[in-house]
Amino acid sequence: MSFFFEVLIGGLLSGVMYSLVALGFVLIYKASGVFNFAQGSLVFFAALTFVGLREHGFNSALALLATLGVMIVLGLLIERIVLRPLVNQPQITLFMATIGLSFVIEGFAQLLWGANVRGLELGIQDEPIEQITTYTGMNVSKFDLSAAGIAALLVTGLALFFSRTRIGRALRAVADDHQAALAVGIPLQQIWGIVWAVAGFVALVAGLLWGARNGVQFALTFVALKALPVLILGGFESIPGAIVGGLIVGASEKLAEVYLGPYVGGGIEGWFPYVLALVFLLFRPEGLFGEKHIDRV
Amino acid sequence: MLYREAGQFKASYATDQQIFPIRQDRIAVAALTALAFVIVPLVADQYWLSAILIPFLIFALAAVGLNILTGYAGQLSLGTAAFMAVGAFGAWNFVLRVPGMPLLVAFALGGICAALVGIVFGLPSLRIKGFYLAVATLAAQFFVVWALTKFNWFSNYSTSGVITTQRMEILGFAFDTPRAKYFLTLTVVVVLALAAKNMVRSSIGRAWMAIRDMDVAAEVIGIPMLRTKLLAFAISSFYAGVAGALYAYCYLGTVEPEGFNLDLSFKILFMIILGGVGSILGSFLGAGFIVLLPIFLNTVARPLENLLGLSLPPGLMSNLELIVFGGLIIFFLIVEPHGLARLWQITKEKLRLWPFPH
Repeated sequence: MSFFFEVLIGGLLSGVMYSLVALGFVLIYKASGVFNFAQGSLVFFAALTFVGLREHGFNSALALLATLGVMIVLGLLIERIVLRPLVNQPQITLFMATIGLSFVIEGFAQLLWGANVRGLELGIQDEPIEQITTYTGMNVSKFDLSAAGIAALLVTGLALFFSRTRIGRALRAVADDHQAALAVGIPLQQIWGIVWAVAGFVALVAGLLWGARNGVQFALTFVALKALPVLILGGFESIPGAIVGGLIVGASEKLAEVYLGPYVGGGIEGWFPYVLALVFLLFRPEGLFGEKHIDRV
Repeated sequence: MLYREAGQFKASYATDQQIFPIRQDRIAVAALTALAFVIVPLVADQYWLSAILIPFLIFALAAVGLNILTGYAGQLSLGTAAFMAVGAFGAWNFVLRVPGMPLLVAFALGGICAALVGIVFGLPSLRIKGFYLAVATLAAQFFVVWALTKFNWFSNYSTSGVITTQRMEILGFAFDTPRAKYFLTLTVVVVLALAAKNMVRSSIGRAWMAIRDMDVAAEVIGIPMLRTKLLAFAISSFYAGVAGALYAYCYLGTVEPEGFNLDLSFKILFMIILGGVGSILGSFLGAGFIVLLPIFLNTVARPLENLLGLSLPPGLMSNLELIVFGGLIIFFLIVEPHGLARLWQITKEKLRLWPFPH
């Protein structure tokens, strides 16, 4: 039984990491209806920039600030150059544009910093916490727990930002209804710019944590694919959905790999979340917390 | 002047409803077909046939399949490569396990296998819409590749699922030169593309478009949702499956499940977006664009490199290519969101008035 809980907790904690990536998707989808496939590339770019800057002699704090600046500028640029000319196009066109964008960002990142795998040291060891091990006999990674803490901090911060600040309220108004928001005088394009900047910031946090765990390498872009089942489980428009979806996907995928995997030859982590999400969607077509669609003819 | 339908009177319903109603179009299509069947094999060398024309035709076929599903029936799918894989491995297994199996029948059976898989993964489309469905089709993508790699039976117990296609022979004639393979591919693609062109203007095509434009309204006017959507998935997957079989037999010769990855799915999606969603012609234009673009970039880059006297490291080159490719896609989407087919349509409108603009 203790093994079961160990797997479960490990899964939940890694699920938090998926949520972090999914969060970036949700922010942009909610505010502008763009399904941003380039979020994974942003994560990769952020991690690579941070590591690259540190290699060039920046200390951690300075590198962090510089990367944050770069990510915000990048977000604003994407909004200005790519998405503003495409306003009012069908969603699939916007989606394809972000796939094109992901090629550009990946190419640019590797052009700038090179393609070799780098380690990223955040000063948190990926080792079991002794107190918990002696107390319950379970191995809970210190790194995973810290990552979960950081994610919780980030979500709380975002929640406060959305509910307490002027810009945050404007963001929510835009998410609810573009036209109504425009009508009461909220500058739509400015808000979209801010959303992309915030998404860049979320990508930075996700990039640092994922980079520290798996190394900074091209494979980081694939975390976007891990975030997609999280999104459809939780609903595209919901921040709590991204968190809960991440937890469900993380836990179920680890449990399935351990308990189901041996019967079918293993390696089911790649598709299991998708099938789970698929089955789930049959019962709730808009995800756990997504907005209900009302069809009118 | 040349492209004007004035004076072409339709005297019967049959002439009114024919597939290319304008005479100039008919002549152009006939000329193009003749060109593809007669002139090209005479002129093109091996490189052109096997590295450009054959993949172009195969991708165009897959794009036609995806266009039926996404462009006409409005169901976004990111799993095309998976259906291609099913078609390729299906055809290979039929040839391997059934003695005396005719090749074209094996291709068709491979396509039917893909269609069945397509129906299974199309079932959620009855409940799920838009991007939720798109992500759900990713399940097909990952599951199929995993299953083909994991269960060695599909690849006759070869390591890591690699298969090498058998010798192709139809009625005693061996298809082993690029030219013969080109003929085979071209014939299959032309027949299926014509069928698709006809299908989308039949009642089933109109039902698809009604569902694409508003599914609730379509249901209200009596279009059976279940049958129509699943038929779109089945036919689209059939096209992808046949394209996959051709991809294995006529283009690569040796394929592995990993070759049919998400990148390939995206590539085909790019083709229909850039070519034109909801247009058979657009599938061909888009396929041509995506196949030729990397080759074009390469041919431009080399002389440019020599001209500037630089020698760029290969890693840099591939990254630059990635940037240019992505950038061009964004550029095209911004400039012409309706794709190359739309550009062709505008050209046709202009041609009708030329040279007197009023």
